[in-house]
Amino acid sequence: MGFEGIGASVRRKEDQRFLNGRGNYVDDINRPAQTYAAIKRSDRPHAKIVSIDTAAAKVAPGVLGVFVGADLVAEEIGGIPCGWQIHNKDGTPMAEPVHPVLAVGKVRHVGDPIAVVIAETRQQAKDAAELLVIELEDLPAVAGVRDAIAPGAALVHDDAPGNICYDWHLGDKAMVDAGFASAHKIIRLDLLNNRLIPNAMEPRSAVGDYDVNSGDYTLYTTSQNPHVIRLLMGAFVLHIPENKLRVVAPDVGGGFGSKIYHYAEEAIVTWASAKVRRPVKWTAERTESFMSDAHGRDHDSRAEMAIDAEGHFLAMRVHTLCNMGAYLSTFAPAVPTYLYATLLAGVYKTPAIYVEVKAVFTNTVPVDAYRGAGRPEATFLVERLVDAVAKDTGIDKIELRRKNFIPADAFPYQTPVALQYDSGDYTATLNAALKVADYSGFEARRSAASAKGKLRGIGISTYVEACGIAPSAVVGSLGARAGLYEVANVRVHPTGSVTVFTGTHSHGQGHETTLAQLVCEQLGVPLAQVEIVHGDTAKIPFGMGTYGSRSLAVGGTAMVKAMDKIIAKGKKIAAHLMEAAVEDIEFKDNVFSVAGTDKTKLLSDISLAAYVPHNYPIEELEPGLDETAFYDPKNFTFPGGCHIAEVEIDPETGVTTMINFTAVDDVGRVINPMIVEGQIQGGVAQGIGQALMEAAVYDENGQLLTGSMMDYSMPRAHDLPNISVGTEVTLCTHNPLGVKGCGEVGAIGSPPAVINALIDALKSYDVRHINMPATPLKIWSILQAGRPAMAAE
Amino acid sequence: MYDFTYQKPGSVADAVKALVADDESKALAGGMTFIPVLKQRLARPTTVVDLSKLGLTGITVSADTVTIAAMTTHGAVAASPEIQKAIPALAELASWIGDTQVRNRGTIGGSLANNDPSACYPAALLAMGGTIKTDKREIAADDYFQGMFTTALEPGELITAVTFKIPVKAAYEKFRNPASRYAMVGVFVAKTAAGVRVAITGAYQGGVIRHADMEKALTANFSAEAANWVTTPADDLNSDIHASAPYRAHLIGVMTRRAVARAH
Repeated sequence: MGFEGIGASVRRKEDQRFLNGRGNYVDDINRPAQTYAAIKRSDRPHAKIVSIDTAAAKVAPGVLGVFVGADLVAEEIGGIPCGWQIHNKDGTPMAEPVHPVLAVGKVRHVGDPIAVVIAETRQQAKDAAELLVIELEDLPAVAGVRDAIAPGAALVHDDAPGNICYDWHLGDKAMVDAGFASAHKIIRLDLLNNRLIPNAMEPRSAVGDYDVNSGDYTLYTTSQNPHVIRLLMGAFVLHIPENKLRVVAPDVGGGFGSKIYHYAEEAIVTWASAKVRRPVKWTAERTESFMSDAHGRDHDSRAEMAIDAEGHFLAMRVHTLCNMGAYLSTFAPAVPTYLYATLLAGVYKTPAIYVEVKAVFTNTVPVDAYRGAGRPEATFLVERLVDAVAKDTGIDKIELRRKNFIPADAFPYQTPVALQYDSGDYTATLNAALKVADYSGFEARRSAASAKGKLRGIGISTYVEACGIAPSAVVGSLGARAGLYEVANVRVHPTGSVTVFTGTHSHGQGHETTLAQLVCEQLGVPLAQVEIVHGDTAKIPFGMGTYGSRSLAVGGTAMVKAMDKIIAKGKKIAAHLMEAAVEDIEFKDNVFSVAGTDKTKLLSDISLAAYVPHNYPIEELEPGLDETAFYDPKNFTFPGGCHIAEVEIDPETGVTTMINFTAVDDVGRVINPMIVEGQIQGGVAQGIGQALMEAAVYDENGQLLTGSMMDYSMPRAHDLPNISVGTEVTLCTHNPLGVKGCGEVGAIGSPPAVINALIDALKSYDVRHINMPATPLKIWSILQAGRPAMAAE
Repeated sequence: MYDFTYQKPGSVADAVKALVADDESKALAGGMTFIPVLKQRLARPTTVVDLSKLGLTGITVSADTVTIAAMTTHGAVAASPEIQKAIPALAELASWIGDTQVRNRGTIGGSLANNDPSACYPAALLAMGGTIKTDKREIAADDYFQGMFTTALEPGELITAVTFKIPVKAAYEKFRNPASRYAMVGVFVAKTAAGVRVAITGAYQGGVIRHADMEKALTANFSAEAANWVTTPADDLNSDIHASAPYRAHLIGVMTRRAVARAH
């Protein structure tokens, strides 16, 4: 055994089964006498349901049940709840229209579920679903936020006037107005943040299994947080007490946020399983994923920066319209507010910031958190605006950033938009990234490219994000209807091996390895003797799952605290066995020793004594070596860094080639460098996808034009450059590991670096902004519209 | 997928018999288009006739032709040393279709019978000229393509082989659709003894088509510069979220010039 603790790039334990095709995903789960659900969805963006005739479907071969919205209403099944309540500027709560499990009265987006057919086979269920006769009467629809808030626009919900979900703000408006009044110059930028479809490799799937004998329900589901689903579905939708509902999220093939939320299909299969008294399975086809998985982003913003004559940022003002889709997904209201507006200070000491956010309902798929969630939108806005300031003032983009950075000695730093950054060193990550990217050699590379007829550009993004979500009291005061602590149960077995039951969930991140390394480090147990168990409410304590790069910072800290308890108890047992005072017992690398002597006991000696307590301080101490700790963080964590993109445009075709990409991030202490590198590369791949390729496009009537891989452009390996990853560490000051989180930084920092690089490449064309994705068509159109200054002569 | 009767005949005659016996029959070649269509329930054949056991694979090269049996995969065409030597552009074209999995299943006969307006092989056949051999006749390339997803094949008629005339030099340039990676604009340029032929795929509403102005200009002077003077009208070109008609028209020029410059 080599070194396996903190800092070791040990190989991922879980990859053995993943790479051999032996993972156990929801669709691999088949229960005895299982049946299949097919869901009939709306093909209209907005329509009144005039009638549903289920007669033919009900008598079709193999059909066991056909259910519509009215059947659920009749049983007082609740709507799908929203987990976060935002308050308007005037203090009133946001509009929160009912989100039925199956549509009632109206359908509100393409993909809205109308009916479900349960049959013996998947084919029979689909065959019968085609026999449903559904009469819909089209209603006018709105897809874009500007159309939705226009006077006289069709209403998505009658109880959300003007299609406004909320009208919210943050920051000191008077101070910002004063900053703008005294400004030397004001730089303004209008930008869109493109709507994305997550497209996890594994489509969503759910198996509901009702036990007729016990009355127990089990739901197997593709979830990032099984306890959250149990709470939301059990308490608010199906009214099943927790003791009767088990939720299992086994191997999950990617989530990126899209598997956080409680979805209609989970409630449908669970409820229908009791109706037909047999297990019910549903697995999304990719087409269903496109129209039913929560989408991401979709902002329309105006950003303004007031600067003084030297280029210091004086004040910033932002107005954002954000698209909520047709219904409020679980955490949707929090994304454009507390995960977005609070990050608008970026890495800069801008003294005054004011932001207004209007959340808007449209006839589109609900939008919620997608890798980065709010922070990519904030970073794109800030880093594009900063480059626009550089362009408009002629100040070098690097110097402008350095001039406005929050200095390394200013931490903890209170921003004007609520957050207090605990640590960071933005100059250090910038300097390191400039070096790795050979920034100083760029102009020579630009000239060489130019000689070949290509337009080369380099772009920078210096960013910070807030993750390690989150202090419960803070988020509670901001409208969260959940606590965001984490929990770990560390069980040392009699012979000294360890099983950890964590409330976090791994769906590709490698937690079974990273979290196990914490045990290697703290208890000195070899990796092969550590098992991480997650994803089953019948096994793990009530934890909140994985999103917002929280698993290590919050879940890992809970483990550390549980292991502290193990060591403390172990010391008492060791003191008894070695006839010493507890204060004299030391623990290091799996060994308990009596200070100043050669007396030692291994952890396995102690655990054996704990479970075979023959010689044991039984009067003072319970047997067993099994400890649980809950941990509620004191603050968010604040990873940050510098991303540099180098691009080359083929002016003949408008095609952009990513030449290379550099990411130097401060994610706090690194547990497994290989896994961190992989996480950042994956995030950057998604960021490049957003910048150059991906967009969920609706036509003005609400039809999804990018409803399959034939039209939605996902990046492939071929589209990506070499991604150089480096880390510069400042420790998080408020968790014992000093960790910050690395799951989202790649997707947060990279999009503006790519767009800034394109604008740099097009500098002779005087391009001020390019909205994402910068497709070949878009770049070609820009090139057509503006001949370069040289060529015009 | 709807239920259907599956048949796997052992001879062309039996395959034709099975296809003719059912008005709602469909032939299954590599299935790289047909199986997704079935899975999405966009087609409802009552009989599917699998052509994989008809012995229709193999490549024959003569002094002036390359003949490829209908069920030969793209992967086999791409990897064939004979084709790489005789018509390197054709091997390249095959190597750029889909991905490895698609190339190992997809067949030249299936592609040409389907005549997807964004498929690559139709451009090669139309540009180089040649014939489609079926179970009952031979069809000249110029008579074969009749609009998107439409060909001169009669119901129940099976392609058994495709013969290409070996050009003096040729090249294929493909601008991929960013999402599907099918040809958004594909240009096959072939310099033949009888003149230059230029076939465009992916760009036109009616599917693969020859570009008369380009052919004229390049027959007079086979150079990228000559192609540069030819403009392509945007009328009749496809327009969608990935490419406007004027952009496609522009790309036809670029891809043609690149193909001419690279022709070998």
